[in-house]
Amino acid sequence: MKLWQKNLILLVLVVGLAAGPLWLCKEAEFGGADGMAEEMILQTHPDYEPWFQPILEPASGEIESLLFALQAAAGAGVLGFALGRLTARAPEERK
Amino acid sequence: MKQLKTGPCREEQSGWIRGLTLIPLALTLLETSAGAMHIAEGMLPKPWAFGWMAVCVPFLAAGLKSIRKTVSDFPRAKILLAMCGAFAFVLSALKIASFSGSCSHPTGVGLSAILFGPAATSVLGLIVLLFQALLLAHGGITTLGANMCSMAIIGPLVSWGVYRLMRSREIRPAAAVFCAAALGDLATYVTTALQLGVVYGNTREYLMIFAVTQIPLAIAEGCLTVVVFNVLEKYSAPQLRELKVLGGRDAT
Repeated sequence: MKLWQKNLILLVLVVGLAAGPLWLCKEAEFGGADGMAEEMILQTHPDYEPWFQPILEPASGEIESLLFALQAAAGAGVLGFALGRLTARAPEERK
Repeated sequence: MKQLKTGPCREEQSGWIRGLTLIPLALTLLETSAGAMHIAEGMLPKPWAFGWMAVCVPFLAAGLKSIRKTVSDFPRAKILLAMCGAFAFVLSALKIASFSGSCSHPTGVGLSAILFGPAATSVLGLIVLLFQALLLAHGGITTLGANMCSMAIIGPLVSWGVYRLMRSREIRPAAAVFCAAALGDLATYVTTALQLGVVYGNTREYLMIFAVTQIPLAIAEGCLTVVVFNVLEKYSAPQLRELKVLGGRDAT
């Protein structure tokens, strides 16, 4: 099997894994697992008071998604740059 | 152990929804940390928070040393190191829904652990966690130590160990990479669950929340890591041999 065929199959599998729950668990809320854990702590230990608050908080959900997109974009950019360099260099070295 | 299985999402979910509506206090707090998986700011008592930080220090020191050595010994590996950091950055920004009805995200540190070892990975993991803690109010400064232990130390250690073990048994590199990345991802969240369980009890419930949610995501992370590894194996085999990721006998 060629490299791109192998990778295409793997990527389709990943998309399936990510989309499957949305399709199969229609009633679910898909909140964050850490939020649930926090909720659980407060349920079992109602007296616990978080002793520190985040220094900076995204002003809204929109800003938060901006920062997440920024994180992914920065990572993807560097990843693409590196993969591009690595794959482009190979033919020169083979000469 | 029956409860550990992912049951029909609807049943589990209704319980959580009920919990949500019953506790307005929790709701106000939840608003401050909409998110994915790390232990939230201020949610660990001080002795634990600082204890975990202390655990991280030697790993960080070893990591900086290891990176310096790798970069000076194999200058060509520098771009791979940058790539591993970038991979962790992308993957930990992707919050993905799981069959348990909640969301979490992969860690992306498995690739780095396989290529550069767990010590170097602890430094890369810290960078990702700092970004999320400082800018996104995700995880936190006080819980940085605990989150680093799970995502930047235990997870990578497991990934690295699994990869080396499977390679010593002559298992194909791609298969070893898949298992290493997936199990490392899972180990990260099992650690998170245990870190909360040891303080607050109810370890099983935390395992349900974190580890069970993580199973499909761990598989996804395994697949994505193999995708990148396949490309490296084809185009960067000499560097991978330098880093002892591939043995001399592995075909390019």
